[in-house]
Amino acid sequence: MGVLRMSSLPGTVTTTARRRTRHPARLPAVGKRLAAHLVLLTGSITMVLPFAWMVSTALKGDQALMTYPPQWIPNPIAWHTFIEVFQVQPFSRYLGNSFFYALLATLGQLATCSMAGYAFARLRFPGRGTLFIMLLASLMIPYQVTMIPVFVIMKYLGWVDTFKPLVVPNWVGGAFGTFLLRQFFLSIPSELMDAAKIDGSDYYMILARIYLPLAGPALATLGVFTFMWAWNDLLGPLIYLNSPWNYTVSIGLAFFQSRRYTIWGQMMAAALISLVPIIVLFLLAQKYFVQGIATTGLRR
Amino acid sequence: MPTRLTEFLESEPVAAYVLLLPTIVGLAFFTLGPVLAALAISFMRWDLTSPPEWVGLGNYHAMLSLDPLSRISFVNTLYYVVVTVPVGIVLSLLLAVAMNQKIRGIVLYRTAYFLPVISSTVAVSLLWEWLYHPEYGLLNYLLGLFTLPPSKWLSDPSTAMPAIMIVSIWRGLGFNMVILLAGLQGVPQELYDAASIDGAGVRSRFLHVTLPMLSPIIFFVTVLSVISSFQVFDQTYVMTKGGPLNATTTVVFYIFRQAFEWFHMGYASALSYVLFAIILAFTLLQFRIQRSWVYYE
Repeated sequence: MGVLRMSSLPGTVTTTARRRTRHPARLPAVGKRLAAHLVLLTGSITMVLPFAWMVSTALKGDQALMTYPPQWIPNPIAWHTFIEVFQVQPFSRYLGNSFFYALLATLGQLATCSMAGYAFARLRFPGRGTLFIMLLASLMIPYQVTMIPVFVIMKYLGWVDTFKPLVVPNWVGGAFGTFLLRQFFLSIPSELMDAAKIDGSDYYMILARIYLPLAGPALATLGVFTFMWAWNDLLGPLIYLNSPWNYTVSIGLAFFQSRRYTIWGQMMAAALISLVPIIVLFLLAQKYFVQGIATTGLRR
Repeated sequence: MPTRLTEFLESEPVAAYVLLLPTIVGLAFFTLGPVLAALAISFMRWDLTSPPEWVGLGNYHAMLSLDPLSRISFVNTLYYVVVTVPVGIVLSLLLAVAMNQKIRGIVLYRTAYFLPVISSTVAVSLLWEWLYHPEYGLLNYLLGLFTLPPSKWLSDPSTAMPAIMIVSIWRGLGFNMVILLAGLQGVPQELYDAASIDGAGVRSRFLHVTLPMLSPIIFFVTVLSVISSFQVFDQTYVMTKGGPLNATTTVVFYIFRQAFEWFHMGYASALSYVLFAIILAFTLLQFRIQRSWVYYE
């Protein structure tokens, strides 16, 4: 009996799997696909189930501990948990602060990395190679090494407990963004630049009018990553922000738990709210996330 | 008529330096300067309020022979790296190979694997803290369904670190998978066809075509994972605060406490330099070893 016919029937996964081990070379395409689905499905369930439990817990509110053994569909559904999150602590303020930090960080990275990326890709100047290598070498230095002296600088400037120590470092370029945009600019034909020069454009205008408008995908990639890093950042806000009024979502969440006893329903609701902006961003710009990781291994 | 100043600003090297000004400032004040300053501070005793006091190698001496917690934090971090990196890479390779079959629903699967990657470590850590809850946690309930004994997870010193490793591996799978998948898609189909004609089965095609062709990407992913694993902080900060009994005190968590809770800036800088040296040594070691297993065309 043909393996192909058997495995095309539902519920014969085990038969296919056994045949596969016996005749590895003649493994039919359908069996292979079925095995792939099996692996991916098991994995996806492991990925998604915890999040489903998060939603379920949030909707149980303060009844979360009372329902044991666990039940997936809460009864009654405690929608009010999502409102309580904003009442027990200034969570909307935290959300606003995170938006402020993430937005300014993103703008800074886009502006300064595109300037640097363009200079490295298209302009000739003494010290270009050295400077570029120094920038790439800075990738090797862990954040923890520079963290203490930078804190001393920020303290000396009187910037502690403001957003400046979080935002300003994003306005001075960065190795990942510069490298990403340099590579992209190199792929734009330099004839465009020569033509613009003949028409009387200077180097700044060429960046603004030719290179930037063409760099949409690369800018989007850098933009979504910077926004995500800033939104999810824990260590930076932990070091620099002291007054609760300045808390971002990440430290607001981390401290939520240390108060009194843990109300798991509220906590999961708060965590869920904190995830929404990033999930929306991801669904809108999934392509750029995937490209960014696949091409440069962006990680922070 | 262009003035002299605009003419100067429009020359090619000057334009380049103007555009690179933020980058140069960043390198000087946020990277190179601080790296040197951190080295200097590591030879001092400094609490930020009184003037720094030169102690030579005192901090390094204390780290090696006086402070047992520094050794514990390095051992814990090493344990974390040695487990999470290989397990994470093997599992994400398995997923990437499955994703590379021409099947339906790739976008849906990819979204599922990306959910943990894009989520903040804080939200994910809180979620897992709840899943690990010794009495009401979902995980112990599931263990019970299979008639397995419940675990104390994060509150037992022997299981706390493995529990944190599970969260990290779970969160990182989608990230590594995407890089490996991009590599897999670059392997030419002709190689597989040729191998099949020579009678190679699934396993030997994987071992003799896929793995060698993918080895530069696996190497890249390994280097990245090792570097970022050595810097683990968020998970232990949120879930365990380094406990129980320091079982999850990692180096970066310990640096954070020394610097920003106890204001031992000198000692924390010394710790960060040792961590830096270890990361650098591991990276160089991997570049040395790669010659024996990474295949370049």
